[in-house]
Amino acid sequence: MLRFIVRRLLQLIPTLLGLSLLLFIWLHRLPGGPETALLGERATPETRAAVREAMGLDDPIFVQYGRFLKQLLTGDLGNSLSEKRPVIDLFLERFPGTIELTVVAMLFAIGLGIPLGYLAAKRRASWLDHMSVGGSLVAICIPIFFLGYLIKAVFAVKLGWFPTFGRQDTTIDATHITGFYVLDGIMTQEWDAALDALWHLVLPGLTLASIPLAIIVRITRASVLEVLNEDYVRTAQAKGLTERRIRGRHVLRNAMLPVVTVIGLLTGGLLSGAVLTETVFSFTGIGQFAAQSIDHRDYPVMMGFILIIAVVYVIVNLIVDISYTFIDPRVRVR
Amino acid sequence: MTALARKKIAKLERLAELAAVHSKEQGESLWREALKRVRRNPSAIVGASILGVFILIAVLGPFLVPYDPGQIGVGIPFGLEVKEGQAIYPGPNSEFWLGLDHQGRDMFSRMIVGARQTLLVGVVATAIGLTLGCLIGGIAGAAYGLGGKRGRTIDNVLMRFIDMLLAMPSLLLAISLVALLRPSLMTVMIAVGFISVPIFARLLRGAMIAQSNAEYVVAATSLGVHKRKIALSHILPNSIAPVLVQATLTLATAIIEAAGLSFLGLGNPDSSQAEWGTMLADGLFNSRFDYAPHLALFPAIGIIITALGFTLLGEAMREALDPKLRK
Repeated sequence: MLRFIVRRLLQLIPTLLGLSLLLFIWLHRLPGGPETALLGERATPETRAAVREAMGLDDPIFVQYGRFLKQLLTGDLGNSLSEKRPVIDLFLERFPGTIELTVVAMLFAIGLGIPLGYLAAKRRASWLDHMSVGGSLVAICIPIFFLGYLIKAVFAVKLGWFPTFGRQDTTIDATHITGFYVLDGIMTQEWDAALDALWHLVLPGLTLASIPLAIIVRITRASVLEVLNEDYVRTAQAKGLTERRIRGRHVLRNAMLPVVTVIGLLTGGLLSGAVLTETVFSFTGIGQFAAQSIDHRDYPVMMGFILIIAVVYVIVNLIVDISYTFIDPRVRVR
Repeated sequence: MTALARKKIAKLERLAELAAVHSKEQGESLWREALKRVRRNPSAIVGASILGVFILIAVLGPFLVPYDPGQIGVGIPFGLEVKEGQAIYPGPNSEFWLGLDHQGRDMFSRMIVGARQTLLVGVVATAIGLTLGCLIGGIAGAAYGLGGKRGRTIDNVLMRFIDMLLAMPSLLLAISLVALLRPSLMTVMIAVGFISVPIFARLLRGAMIAQSNAEYVVAATSLGVHKRKIALSHILPNSIAPVLVQATLTLATAIIEAAGLSFLGLGNPDSSQAEWGTMLADGLFNSRFDYAPHLALFPAIGIIITALGFTLLGEAMREALDPKLRK
């Protein structure tokens, strides 16, 4: 197992090298050249020339790429143009928020999606089935940011059940240790702070969960339908096994494999959705930060975002690959 | 490449192979049979009807509008007013069926005219993805299927590049592209189209490889038909079906993704041209949604219904091609 993980980590190297090359090209193709990333678009020609000199932009391209790689490896992503602080620090501050949000979204999607998909398959052609299939189709077709505004307008603005923005009420004097507000609240036993942070996660979490939820419902339904027709399910029924045992041992266990595959794919894709969702709910995570950086044309932040997301995406994939070996004994670690 | 990316690829290849499965019924071509099944599918009919109306509006739009969709302040005499520094936007009324937008333009007229631009964004973006993807996938597929050892090398190089694109979150790809080019409607279409390139490339390649073992290809080869001709006029026409299905589904996502880019401020900065994605983003700007929800609601409904139409039709087409789902 350890050898498998180490080998998979080694396989990341060519992927990341390819990505760094793409980023390097991207940086050099920016309108105004790479010095724009440092100066913004309104710099005078004199400062531009000085910065070109200082950055060594007139060196051979290979030398420049080597230097770029070295910077990346040491975690130096430059300074943010709008915040005037190292990009890496800014990201580390905001990352826990995004992780909290995606975890909550995935919990919603899995916790609601699998039971709903199972029931829809079990009661095929019932109103529940039609509702789930129809609902998931509509959910896929709604632009996620519009759904966010809609949910916010109804449950936060009109009904006032949930907060409209942010990660925690500013009036709460919470101690932050890890940056994961819910976890911090539990660790310091400030229960009101933890609960408030959770409360702030509900609406953005539901919004972000919409597309994964729809897809999980559909895949679970299709997969369960297929398994229900298998001979071994009939055998199990003929043997007189309880409904619960058939469901757990025979149906769900066999139907889960395609679902897990999709869950893995969706988790990586959630980061795209997080950019839009965090913006709608002014949720201070890396997605909202990235969206702001687009507004400010803050290129170091944009570059850092692309790099970090890509690395996270690759690591999430690795975790999913490893989890396969636990679910499906046929997938053997080589 | 991760196993997960392989799973993604396996899924695309399965779809590609489906087109290679020959129908057992005599005298019916794959196409005619598929068309028959599509016609029997109620969701296909709903999807096609939605799209029919949408395309009709897109074509006839400019002749249907009651007001000039670009004229700013057309509604001012009818009650667009400013109260305590805040503009009040009249909602739907008998004079302006869908209300007025933030510049006092008639929403109904803009929705009607916007259908054309929206369709254009979807079609051009999909066309860009389709063309580039099919070019790469077609070359790779033909090289792998007919090119021997050197062909496999060509295929390998092309596919590693495609796999790298496939491994990137789509919105990210679009954001980095828009950062390079100046924001405009064309940039949005290029960025959204580029996202779908790896999917099309994988699909066409898989289908072509599946076809290249077919008997008619062996027959053509033994008759001494030129390889280029085999690839272009024998294998390609028989491999294109899953690509067309995917294109239909991509039309839906393209419109939604374009709206997302507009929302992030990467869309078309020129709002004088009515387009639903831009209108939706405009309607949500500066918390306008809280006091004038109709500004965002109608473009959103337009986008959702259109996306539903494309998705329903695309999925019906996919079912029609999948022998496993045949009743």
